[in-house]
Amino acid sequence: MVLELDIILQTVIRGLLIGFSYSLIAVGLSLIFGVVDIVNFAHGEFLMIGMYVAFWCYQVLRVDPIYALPICAAAIALLGVGTHKLLVRRILRAPPSIQMFSTFGLMVFLRSMAQFLWTGDFRFIKDSVVKGRLEIFGIFVGLPQLVAAFVAVVTCGLIYWFIEKTDLGRALQAVSEDREAASLMGINCERMYVLAWAIAGASVGLAGASLSTYQYIFPEVGGVYLTICFVVVALSGFGRVAGVLLSGVIVGSVEVLGGLFISPALKYAIVFLLFIGIIVIRPRGLLGKG
Amino acid sequence: MKKSLSLGKLSVTIIGGGLALALLVVALLLLPFLTTRSSIIGLVILTLLYAVMGEAWNILGGYTGQVSLGNAVYFGVGAYTCTVLLLRWNLNPWLGMLIGGALAILCGLIIGVPTFRLKGHYFVTASIVINEVVRVLFTNWDLVGGARGLYVPIQEESFLTFQFHSSKIPYYYIILALFLLVVLVTRLVERGKWGFYFRAIRDDPEAAASLGVNVTRYKHVANAINAFFTALAGTFYAQYVLFLDPASVFSISISVLVLLLPVLGGKGTLWGPILGAFVLIPLSEVTRIYLGGQGRALHLVIYGLLIMIIAVVEPRGLMALVGRLTPRRFRRRG
Repeated sequence: MVLELDIILQTVIRGLLIGFSYSLIAVGLSLIFGVVDIVNFAHGEFLMIGMYVAFWCYQVLRVDPIYALPICAAAIALLGVGTHKLLVRRILRAPPSIQMFSTFGLMVFLRSMAQFLWTGDFRFIKDSVVKGRLEIFGIFVGLPQLVAAFVAVVTCGLIYWFIEKTDLGRALQAVSEDREAASLMGINCERMYVLAWAIAGASVGLAGASLSTYQYIFPEVGGVYLTICFVVVALSGFGRVAGVLLSGVIVGSVEVLGGLFISPALKYAIVFLLFIGIIVIRPRGLLGKG
Repeated sequence: MKKSLSLGKLSVTIIGGGLALALLVVALLLLPFLTTRSSIIGLVILTLLYAVMGEAWNILGGYTGQVSLGNAVYFGVGAYTCTVLLLRWNLNPWLGMLIGGALAILCGLIIGVPTFRLKGHYFVTASIVINEVVRVLFTNWDLVGGARGLYVPIQEESFLTFQFHSSKIPYYYIILALFLLVVLVTRLVERGKWGFYFRAIRDDPEAAASLGVNVTRYKHVANAINAFFTALAGTFYAQYVLFLDPASVFSISISVLVLLLPVLGGKGTLWGPILGAFVLIPLSEVTRIYLGGQGRALHLVIYGLLIMIIAVVEPRGLMALVGRLTPRRFRRRG
């Protein structure tokens, strides 16, 4: 019995840690959706490139992923702003299916570019500063997972603080609520879009660096996380940054508990079925209005 | 005049759209007499297969405006039903095809009941997620081969067994017939009562409902047509490739591709998916053959780049581009 309780507790903690990382990946997707009104299908590829930046920093420059966190954040923020300037700005007024079409094109482009430049090999950072595991009261916690979750909570907290408490953040919120009204109030929408892309890129870049300490890095890795992120974002309600931390934790916990009690092979199916169940009851997500 | 205005600029077609269609059909019918190279026949088979699926998606996504990213579910159901029935009870594939189509309609109903209440991105997300659930379930369902998939038992070649080993040309005529059928059905829907209901639901569901259109029912009708034809395409795929597994027939990339074709060609038009398929499928095959070597995916780099360029240059699709490039006096409002 004691052993079982141990296992359950350990699983729950693992779920929480994974969930925080999901939140960090999803928060940018949600922000872009809210402010720019675009679903970025290439968001998973942003994560993938963030992981590769961390990997090459480690491989070539001998910089540990933990110290490479700001480098990754800056690189992917730049990628985000570039995406806006070169692609998204030109399709802001296009119908939603064309917007999906173009960010899907970006996804294919970035993924195959990674394949082309860096081959399909699975890469792994063997010797990060954060490795091994901690034992707390008989419960084992992986150090890389713990650090990744810490980075996630701090970043999400900062983004939340920025959006809720600063003038610039409130301007972002205003644009996300009503573009026209915001621009009548003297807010420069284009600058807000750039800011949203920069924040989204930076957060997913941080996620990439922190995940690279314990995950395999390969061109398709973004696809693994994209569906999960959609679920996290839709659960909290598209564009509602505040709920992402909560829904990430729900998804992470359901995933690991479903894996433990039902079957590891079905863990994603369980998460997805839960999602369908929730969305049927609340068509605009858990925290969405109505 | 009123009618053509409500259809919008998208339906601007070259003079004699019917003539163009007739020419295309004649060319397709004669193709096997012009060349018997199996590489070319194979490419056109693939193109027609995707054109069928694009037209099917177009009924739901284009005319009715329910942008779904889960059509691989129906494709897979069509492929699996026929093959499983053939393996277990030695049922004729043609019967299996119809049963697969019926089952896909049933699945469409089950999927539609919870999801047709959702709007915009929530609907899209739900359709992706359902696609993933079905893929995972089939991957773990040992009774139908699990992750290893199924081989279609080899039989004597004849139209009755739906298998041909010495030539691809019979397959070609089968998919051509299916293509003509789906074009005909789309034409009938487009011109008929249902088409007006579908477009009304797409353009303004509240207004449609207030005029007495049962919005949910006609979303289901559109989805039934979509599911049925997508499943038939799935059966054709299984009998043509003779192997299926969850990773290939329930792949999200199928769901995405059948959306890309109408969006590229011009969704909500008869020609859109055809145009999209005849541009995108040969393009992706040719770049794959010439640039896809060494597993470095250069063809996909170009493919992704082209998709972005098309979206930026002509957001209304290739049909609008054709309309723009046609001199005004040759245009006719549809």
